[in-house]
Amino acid sequence: MEAVMIGEEPIGMVVAVIVALLLVAGALFSLLAALGLLRFPDLYTRMHAASKAGTIGSGLLLIAAGIHALDAAILLRAFAGFFFFLLTAPVSAHLLAKAAHQAGQRLHPISVTDQMPQDRTGTDG
Amino acid sequence: MTPADLVHSATTFALVTLSLALVLTVVRIQRGPSLADRVLGLDMLVAIAIGFIAAIAIRTGFNLYIDIAIALGLVGFLATVAFARFILARGLSPERPQTATPSPEPRLPKRGKAGQAARRKRRSEG
Repeated sequence: MEAVMIGEEPIGMVVAVIVALLLVAGALFSLLAALGLLRFPDLYTRMHAASKAGTIGSGLLLIAAGIHALDAAILLRAFAGFFFFLLTAPVSAHLLAKAAHQAGQRLHPISVTDQMPQDRTGTDG
Repeated sequence: MTPADLVHSATTFALVTLSLALVLTVVRIQRGPSLADRVLGLDMLVAIAIGFIAAIAIRTGFNLYIDIAIALGLVGFLATVAFARFILARGLSPERPQTATPSPEPRLPKRGKAGQAARRKRRSEG
């Protein structure tokens, strides 16, 4: 039934518009995440930019690829990948922030509060 | 403008934008003051590479690229977790040897609860 199609396949205008919007939105989210990664003053604020906007950016691009395939199995796979990224990005960001805080990474002086008590054995352990 | 043309130009825009994001992330990795910044840049690099793979999957029509993107996401997550454990075990900043210079040690308790306690003690004594 479904042959392996290489190259452009005939898709409708509505699908094309949805895919194009998702592509542009995902690419802009990724660009904003990279810009935040470059411009924010602190590891923790950088992490806030990278792990939220970056995840949404790559997830939107993945969903665009799933919709463009016009196949339920591939769309489901793309959604599974997006769900997996949504699960793992906060875990890895939290682990990295906790490790950096325990190793003595300082907050930027503009930060208002640091609710986690400074670990005393982290740096010389 | 046919639908194929629209999708083609959208993928072109996405690829150009993602290339710009890749360059910005590489600048952060090169500049990053500490090891944790570089690990964060690596994580972001993996996310941008996943977006690249999705855009290339749309452009070429190979749907198998989506599986590759999922696998790359898994590898990136494991790499970030491993680097976090490494930072936890070893400490930050490979540029600054911790045994040679004693200067960063007394600056540490100035911030947070310990600094507040020290300041309070100094205030109550004086």
